[in-house]
Amino acid sequence: MIGKESTAGRATKFTVLGLWLVFTVFPLYWITITSLKAPGDIFTFPIAYWPERFSLENYSGLFGKADFGVYLTNSLIVATVAGAVATAISMLSAYVLARFEFRTKSALLMAALVTQMIPTFIALGPLYLLMTDLKLVDNRLGLILVYIAVCIPFCTVMLRGFFENIPDALEEAAMIDGLSRFGALFRVLLPVMRPGIVAAFIFNFVNCWNELFLSVTLMNSDTNKTVPTALNGFISSFNIDWGSMSAAAVLTILPTMLLFAFASRHIVQGLTSGAVKG
Amino acid sequence: MPSASETTSSSTSTSATETVKTASAGSSRNRKRGGPPARGTERGRRKPEFTSRRGLLIAAFMAPAAIFVAVFTYYPMIAGSQMAFRNWNLTDLSDTSWVGLKNFRDVFADPAWGTVLTNTAVWVFGSIVPQLVIGFALALWLRRKFRFRGLYQALVFFPWAISGFLIGILFRWLFNSEFGVVNDLLQKAGLIDEPVAWLADPKTAMFAVVVANVWYGVTFFTIMILAALQSVPEELYEAAALDGAGKVRTLFQITIPYIRVTLALTVLLRVIWIFNFPDLIFGMTGGGPNNETHIVTTWMIKITQQGDYGRASALGLIVVATLLVFAVFFLLATREKRDDKREVKP
Repeated sequence: MIGKESTAGRATKFTVLGLWLVFTVFPLYWITITSLKAPGDIFTFPIAYWPERFSLENYSGLFGKADFGVYLTNSLIVATVAGAVATAISMLSAYVLARFEFRTKSALLMAALVTQMIPTFIALGPLYLLMTDLKLVDNRLGLILVYIAVCIPFCTVMLRGFFENIPDALEEAAMIDGLSRFGALFRVLLPVMRPGIVAAFIFNFVNCWNELFLSVTLMNSDTNKTVPTALNGFISSFNIDWGSMSAAAVLTILPTMLLFAFASRHIVQGLTSGAVKG
Repeated sequence: MPSASETTSSSTSTSATETVKTASAGSSRNRKRGGPPARGTERGRRKPEFTSRRGLLIAAFMAPAAIFVAVFTYYPMIAGSQMAFRNWNLTDLSDTSWVGLKNFRDVFADPAWGTVLTNTAVWVFGSIVPQLVIGFALALWLRRKFRFRGLYQALVFFPWAISGFLIGILFRWLFNSEFGVVNDLLQKAGLIDEPVAWLADPKTAMFAVVVANVWYGVTFFTIMILAALQSVPEELYEAAALDGAGKVRTLFQITIPYIRVTLALTVLLRVIWIFNFPDLIFGMTGGGPNNETHIVTTWMIKITQQGDYGRASALGLIVVATLLVFAVFFLLATREKRDDKREVKP
């Protein structure tokens, strides 16, 4: 509410905000602390909220026992390439959807929305067969191609929102000054859009970095595994090695969280303007 | 431009792909359309030569996106859909004949189906309601600047950067019956006498996965509502204050009516999304104990893992059909939104 805040109102507000912050951050704190305990100290009573001794054993085990470095590298390559290509392709389609009226436009937007309703598992079998035919199973390029397609619909809608936030007058002025439509797009519009483009890329990157089911299906050899696939492998039906799991979780969460903190403001803008205009 | 009703009445998955194809191939047939002129493009330039170039540009710019989505999303989905009407089981691939609606009958006849449906409802509504309420409260409070607001926002938005699967694993550890920190804290606070086996009892397990999902999803509501609140004109609040309206009245008579479309839209988008989100439960309980925390999409994973692709595809089509109904609401809401925008723009 805009207006004067009473003292009681302020107290309530900051109490609730504080509680929510604790609730949000505590699970992340807890997984981090767990990962920094020596494997033997994780299962002791009473539960230690601040370990007496810190140990990096869980982390060294990850890179010794399992090839976690390879999984991280795979995830990094796949998410970076797929995220960048999807952003570039979505930029073109978003531009057209923001700046032109044409007959199939609402059908295309509908088609983009429907992709969000399709459960991954209905497409997995045929997708696996398709990739087998293309000789792209267990191949990073194959996963990259699939991820590009996964990212495009949402990314297009998001970028369309950015384009719509930029007044047409900007391009018109550039075109009156003698630039072609392409010139106006690449020389005038895209520089203005840079924050939005960065945000869209980060969003795609995070989505690819976190994707599980497609990568489990398409990547089966140890050298091609991505991080989520590896995490899934740490779960046997009865037992989880919580030491390794917590260390792996921290290494998985950290990069995306840093990226997200860096871009959250742009993402907020993009989501609101893009998603609401549908 | 087809009207929304045209689009939805024929919006089966097939028509969607056809439109993707026609868009990449045949949108150069654009001629003058009825309705409002395009925004700021080609104003006063109506040469036919330009029209065809314009069509070419649209087609060329849409093509890469359309091709990717058609090949890697729509084609596998349609190929997968026809499995729903076939006897398609990995345990016996000798006979993949057409069986009509048998797979759908099998889905509905399954003794677990009732539980799966109930769980799905609990999962969707039990997650949505707290997410909306908490997200709304946070958004209202985050409107006003305070010290460290930027830092606070960055911290509170963190859950969003984590995969649903990993959040499931995270909360599986928190709710662990022996070494779980949830039990430890509750015992310290004197709320429980002995450890609760959260994930081993169907009732508490369902509660636990919903808690994890609320932890994850509040951010989305906060962001959407926060942005919508930015658009409420300050004068309205000033006028309300002059009229002596209290906080509660201002909230219900000004704020909520003004952003109601965004609210409705956000809820619908999230319903679609949460409905189609098996990752968290997959990582947290795997659908256990005894299949008691399965929702439709995790159930589908289980059936797939058993090799019964026909029945799994039938489940998938049920999901798509259900969500398409929501999409109709979505479209109606967005149309209203556009009208709203026109009204309030000075």
